[in-house]
Formats: sequence, structure tokens, C-alpha cells
Amino acid sequence: MKHAKTATQNACKLCNPLGACLAFRGIENCVPFLHGSQGCATYIRRYLISHYKEPIDIASSNFHEESAVFGGSHNLQVGLKNVTAQYKPEVIGIATTCLSETIGDDVPMILREYTKTYRNGSPMPIMIHASTPSYQGSHIDGFHAAVRATVETLAEKGERQNLVNMFPNMVSPADLRYLKEIFTDFRLPCMLLPDYSQTMDGGPWGEYHRIPPGGTPASAIANAGKATASIEFTSTLADSKSAAGYLEGAFGVPRHKLSLPIGIKESDKFFDLLETLTEQPRPEKYEDERRRLVDAYADGHKYVFEKKVILYGEEDLVVAMTAFLREIGMTPLLCASGGKSGQLKQRLIELIPDLEEQGIKVREGVDFMDIEDEAKVLKPDFLIGNSKGYTMSRKNNIPLLRIGFPIHDRFGGQRAHHIGYRGTQELFDRIVNTVIEQRQNASSIGYTYM
Amino acid sequence: MEHIGILEGREKQVFEKKGGIETSDIACETSSLSGSVSQRACVFCGSRVVLYPVADAIHIVHGPIGCAAYTWDIRGAVSSGPELHRLSFSTDLQEMDVIYGGEKKLYLSLIELIEQYKPKAAFIYSTCIVGLIGDDIDAVCKKVAAETGIPVLPVHSEGFKGTKKDGYKAACFALMKLIGTGSTEGISKQSINILGEFNLAGEAWIIRKYYERMGIEVVSTLTGDGRIDAVKRAHGASLNVVQCSGSMTSLAKDMEEKYGIPYIRVSYFGIEDMSKSLYDVALHFPEHPEIMEAAKQVVSEEVKKLYPELQKFKKALTGKKAAIYVGGAFKTFSLIKALRSIGMSVVLAGSQTGNKDDYRRLKEMCDEGTVIVDDSNPVELSKFILEKEADLLIGGVKERPIAFKLGIGFCDHNHERKIPLAGFVGMYNFALEVYQSVMSPVWQFAPRKGGNR
Ligand code: SF4
Ligand code: SF4
Repeated sequence: MKHAKTATQNACKLCNPLGACLAFRGIENCVPFLHGSQGCATYIRRYLISHYKEPIDIASSNFHEESAVFGGSHNLQVGLKNVTAQYKPEVIGIATTCLSETIGDDVPMILREYTKTYRNGSPMPIMIHASTPSYQGSHIDGFHAAVRATVETLAEKGERQNLVNMFPNMVSPADLRYLKEIFTDFRLPCMLLPDYSQTMDGGPWGEYHRIPPGGTPASAIANAGKATASIEFTSTLADSKSAAGYLEGAFGVPRHKLSLPIGIKESDKFFDLLETLTEQPRPEKYEDERRRLVDAYADGHKYVFEKKVILYGEEDLVVAMTAFLREIGMTPLLCASGGKSGQLKQRLIELIPDLEEQGIKVREGVDFMDIEDEAKVLKPDFLIGNSKGYTMSRKNNIPLLRIGFPIHDRFGGQRAHHIGYRGTQELFDRIVNTVIEQRQNASSIGYTYM
Repeated sequence: MEHIGILEGREKQVFEKKGGIETSDIACETSSLSGSVSQRACVFCGSRVVLYPVADAIHIVHGPIGCAAYTWDIRGAVSSGPELHRLSFSTDLQEMDVIYGGEKKLYLSLIELIEQYKPKAAFIYSTCIVGLIGDDIDAVCKKVAAETGIPVLPVHSEGFKGTKKDGYKAACFALMKLIGTGSTEGISKQSINILGEFNLAGEAWIIRKYYERMGIEVVSTLTGDGRIDAVKRAHGASLNVVQCSGSMTSLAKDMEEKYGIPYIRVSYFGIEDMSKSLYDVALHFPEHPEIMEAAKQVVSEEVKKLYPELQKFKKALTGKKAAIYVGGAFKTFSLIKALRSIGMSVVLAGSQTGNKDDYRRLKEMCDEGTVIVDDSNPVELSKFILEKEADLLIGGVKERPIAFKLGIGFCDHNHERKIPLAGFVGMYNFALEVYQSVMSPVWQFAPRKGGNR
């Protein structure tokens, strides 16, 4: 490239309200509501459906010309009234769009007005408002904004309880289920937020549910301020934007910040922390999981050693994945993200001190054309990231290992594990198999044994 | 089951046919109610649908990233050559652009992308936020067109300024600026344009072949497998053949007014409507009886192949019930007929954007007890699907998970389908897909079938 690029070509990010809607789906009996035009809600629903394959209702205040001129207050109020009548939600998760943010609607004030007008004795849904203009940040920022707003709205003061808040980041429903299993096995009460393990990956219905069953109850979130600790999986999230950060500041709940536990070392840190918090050793089951993983590393190490990879996705995922790839001897040539926290490189160096010596490139705020340009020069053995890399994978004949979100062109993305020993095991198996398949395809005789 | 009511303010958009034909009109062509979960999209979406298949132009979405990201390579509109339409370009407006305006960013983006991709034209879609910050995109387009020498066309598709239909209009308006700028030399008198056919899964190619077998020249397909040069000479055709929904009728009307080209409305779905669309074109050239002869020949050859194949499906599907919820009402008519031809009845028929005439006609066509809805939502759709015990839902991606959750078959009849459903061969594919979904043994485990334990 001769000069700095202006246009974004094949974006490696999505917009804030998408993340917010996903997070709101992790609250029990909650309807996500976008304050803006109809299109945004519909596109986001359509996008989420392709990954999760679940009905996803997102209401919209449905702006018109008048709302753009006179403000969206009327539409928001009518919208809330209608959603309440139709869905009978306990919680309405309101995220703003570029439109309402630009107009400058004062949503908290509108909500107060609304509450005053319509309360007349009957209980109102709890309204959570997250400010999510897409011209600042990307979907992951919207996700965290919604989680933080939820805690800010609901958390109450009170006596400490034997309870840990778990803020898992934007992981898969399978990952969320695994987390719950871990906490149950440790006998450690946990407030997991968000928890869309069931709402975004549930069973069949005999009747239509306006709101799918599952999610963290508002009453449980209310206890977040009374917890003994918060754990959050993130590397790049600023304290001022994190739910755990808020709880620490407002209620003195100690905050433990870990990177997403992918790979043995990072998973160890998570389990060590749980051991510390519960003052008991991890259940034998997890020792077993770890042992199997170590054993698998040994069985598979030759396939992966010094294999070259380009990695892309949300910054936190990229950081955690890079640490994992390094611990199995793989070589990430490029760690790329469409996100732009300004911290990606620093956080990577903390986990991989020899990052620069290894010549690992780090780029924030990229799109898929940037990544493709890099791929042409770097010539990786494969790509690791979400489905949106498929176009460049196909064009340049580089295999793609799909992780994270979205997975639009494969089945079961919502059931893929990424975190902990179990998730790492699954990722490791898939990576090894990708290499084996590559070798098989390239072989003139077609090995039938390994 | 818990009672599900119709949202207040929507009662007039729902109708159940009971005791003959009622005279009152169904309410439609209104904007969606605030707070309802509409299955509709926005103005921008309408424009994108129409222009997307033009494969040798670049399509730049002027706005924040979402609108472009969610429409990247989203449709199954295939091209026989260039594939610029499958790339997603956005000005990705940031906070400073929102404050100070995005014109400069748009200008630089255009210059850079045109240099990089050397397209035949550029379409610039303005999204909601551009409508607010007041960028003068017309001026930018003019300037870039003068500098680069290619048509640079603004598409005013701010999401909140109307409905999807307004987006269709904005797109047609942009096309109208191209039409008439190319040479019509060598175009036969027996020629047509195919309008409202987007070459999903190669459907335009199928249709085009039928017309060519009749001795008709197809000047331009708007916009399936679209090329700027072909669009430019579309005014040389003798007839516009407009498929389905409202998406391109406005273009046909404009072309009639400006170039005196008459138009007919057709549909390519189902044996009946597909055949009619060939005969109707032939009727337009009465001085060439050989065209009608050829049309009859095409129909008879195709039907002879198709009919026996369909019988197997019909045998299995007879008595099964379908619910239809698609974008345009015109398609609903064809689907009702197509379903009847494989033994199925329709218990729910609805569309996102039908007009009064459409719904009047729907009421006439439908059986007793059929529910007709305009601009529906998941809650309502599910209510009727369950109440009417449908075995199949026909819709788009947003409707698919509703069907599968409730344990009923589904057929994607929207812009993302990967298998051609138009034409005679499309009817076969349609019947096959319906058969494969409705007859699958997996539904035995659905709660609806007592599969709950
Ligand atoms: S911002 Fe406007 S144009 Fe873009 S998707 Fe939303 S409604 Fe449509
Ligand atoms: S306008 Fe903003 S919120 Fe709406 S789709 Fe575009 S980027 Fe997302």
C-alpha cells in the first residue's frame, strides 16, 4: 500500500449494538431493544441468527423522519409500552444506535419520564440503558457496555455473601456451560453475566416463547455488589468500562482480571484463582482434563511445531489465542484485530515477552483486505479466526480454522469450546487435524495411518 | 397454551378469511409500530437488494460500519464474470466524521477504491447517520465522476426515511440515470429487459434461456448478473418484463414514460405462473406467431419432464399445510398456486410490503380459514403457525429459526437461497426442498408431535 487506506474493505468488526443485544440476551426474561431505526435491529437479528440458529427478537423504536428531527423520545416511549405489552419482560435492555446517539437523545431522562407516566401502581420492567454508538469502537465494546450498564443498574449494597461474579467476555454458549459446571464442581456460588448458554442454544419449543428460557435472573445480578470477588476474562478492557471495575469502585468487590483462559498456562491461572478463592484444591476431574491435555500436547506436538498462522478476531481472543499457540510451539506471524483499544500489543508482550524477537506482527483496527495483503506476503500455513476470513482463505488457498464469532459457514459454532482445559483440548485437536488433513491432501500416496 | 394477542395498533393488519370475502381492506403500507419486532429491514436494505447484483460496479456504504458489515456478501446473487458486488466497502465513519462531516472521507474512499478496483461505476449508499449529519453526497459524487470519468451514483437510502419500498425507488432512480446512456445499435425488435430478477443461485440464467429459446433477445437483466454497459442500453428493448414484488415496478413505469417501453408483470415461480410469463411475452409480439409457437414448445417440453417428477412429491405432501411469510405479496400468489400443485394448502399468507390490491387478491385466492397478515412479527407468526397446525413455513433467514424451534419444516424463499427456485427446474427444486423438510423423520421428536419427554 502506497498510502494510508481510507475506506474499510471487508470489515473485521461489527457494530456496538450487536454486542449489546447478545449480552442482554444473557439476562433472564429480558428483551433487547434498539433505540434507532428498524434496519439496524433487523440486520443484527439476521446476523446473530446465522451463527446461533435461534429465534432472536430485538425490538426497535423504529425512527422516522419526525423522530430524526424532533428526537426519539416519543418513539422510545411508545416502543417500550408496546414491548412491555407484547413480551411482558422483566427487563428491557436498551441500546442506542448511531442515530439516536447523534441526535443526542437523553435516554436516561426519557426513561424517567416514561416511568413517571406509565407506572400507576403496576410493576414496570427494569430498564437498562447502554450507550452504544458505533462510530466509537466495535461490537465488543457494545458487549461490555451492556454488561457494565446491567451491573450499574441492578447491583445493590449489602452484606458479603459467599458468591463470585464471573464476567466471561463474549464466549460461546458451550464455554458458558463449561464455566457453570466448573463453579458447580467447586461448590462456589457464581453470578455469571451474561449467560446466554440456553437462550442462544436451547431446546425445541412446544409453544412459542416470547422470551426464551434461560439467562441470569435480575435478582441474582442484584447480589453482584455483595460478592466476595469478581473474575473477568479480558486483557484489553479498561477499568472504566468493565463491570468488575465498577463493582470494585462502588462496592469494594475485589476484582481479578485474567486473560481468556485458553491454553494450559492461562487455564492454570484461572483454576489457581478458584483454588485460592475456595481454599480447596480443584476437583480431580479437572486434574484429569489437564493431564489429558498435556498428554495430547505430547502426542500432537510434531504436527504443530513452528506452523505459521495468521490470527484475527476480537482483541481479547487474539491475546489469549496467541499465548496458547506459543505454548504449543506454533508461530503466529500476525495478530490482527478490527478492534482498536490501543492496548493489543502491550497486552501481548505481557504474555509473550519475546514477541518482538519472534517477529510477531501486531495490528489493530484492520480489515480483511489488510489481513489478506499481509497473508500474501507472510504466507501462513493457516488462518485462525471467525468465518469472515473464508473469502480470503478460499482466494489464497490457505485453510481456515474457525473460532469465535461469527461462524456463519459451518455448523455448530455455538457449541464450540474455546476456554479452559476442555476448550483448549478441542482447539488443539482441531489444529492438529487441520495439519493432518493438509498433509493428506498434499500427499501423493494419501496416508491412512498417522 | 398462553394466549397471544395481536399487538394493539396491528389488528387491522391481520385478517382471517371466514364466510366469503370481506370487503374491508387490510391495513398495510404503513411503517412498523415502535417496539414491535418487525421482520422488515430499512430503506437502505431495499436499495441494496436492487443494486447489489450489479457485479462490475463498486458499492460503497457511507456510514458507520454496521450497515456495510451486515450486508457483506449476504445475497446469493451470482455473477458470470466480475464479482465486485461481493466485497464490502464502507466509509466506517468515526466520531470525528460524525461531528465534522464525512464528505472528505467519502471522497478519498471513492478515489482510492476506484483506482484500486477500476469499476465501471460506483454506487454510494447513504445510511441513516448521513441523513443527519447532512453530507452533500450528490456533490461528492459529481466531483468524483468528473475526476474519474465513470458514473458515480448517489443512492439516497437513509434507513429512517421511509420503508424498504422507498429504498427500491432510490435504487431505481440511480439505475434510471444510467439507462439511456449507452448505444442501442443492433438490438432486435423482439427484445425484452428482465426486471426484478436478481440471479439468485443463477435464476436469471434459467429464465433468460427460456426467452432465448423463444427467439427473444434479452437486452438487460436488472439487475441479476448485472453489468453497467447492459444497463446503459436497456432503453433499446421493446418490452419490460417485471417479476414479482414492487421492487422494480417504479423503474418500469419511469421507462414507459421516458422511452415508451410498455411493461408486464410476471412471476417465475410454479408451473402456472412460469408458463404464463412466457406466453405473456409472446402475446406482446403478435406479428410473430412463431414466438408463441416456440413458447408453447418450451412449456410443453419442460412440463413433460417436470410433471412426472412432481407426482412423487405430491403423493407424500398431499394434505400438508403451509404458512407463507415473504417480502413481496406478488410472490405469495405464485407460492399458493405452486403449493396447491403439490397437494398442499396454505393456512397463513403474509408479506412485509404488500399493498391493498395485493391483499384483496390474496383474500380472493385463499381458502376459508386462511390468515392473512401484513408486516408481521415472530410472536404473531408463531401463534398462527401453531394454531393452524402448519407443517411448513416459507420465509427468509429470520423466519427459519422460528420454524425449526417449533418443529416444522422450512423453505428459504428469500434473497439468500442457494438453490434456484425459479423456472420449471426451480419448481422441481422447490418441491424437493419442501419434501425434504416436511417429510424429515426428525420432527417426530418435536414437542408439537408429542416428542417431549
Ligand atoms: S443505520 Fe439506517 S440504513 Fe443502516 S441498517 Fe440501520 S436503519 Fe438501515
Ligand atoms: S447505524 Fe450504527 S447501529 Fe445501526 S447498523 Fe449501522 S453501525 Fe450499527
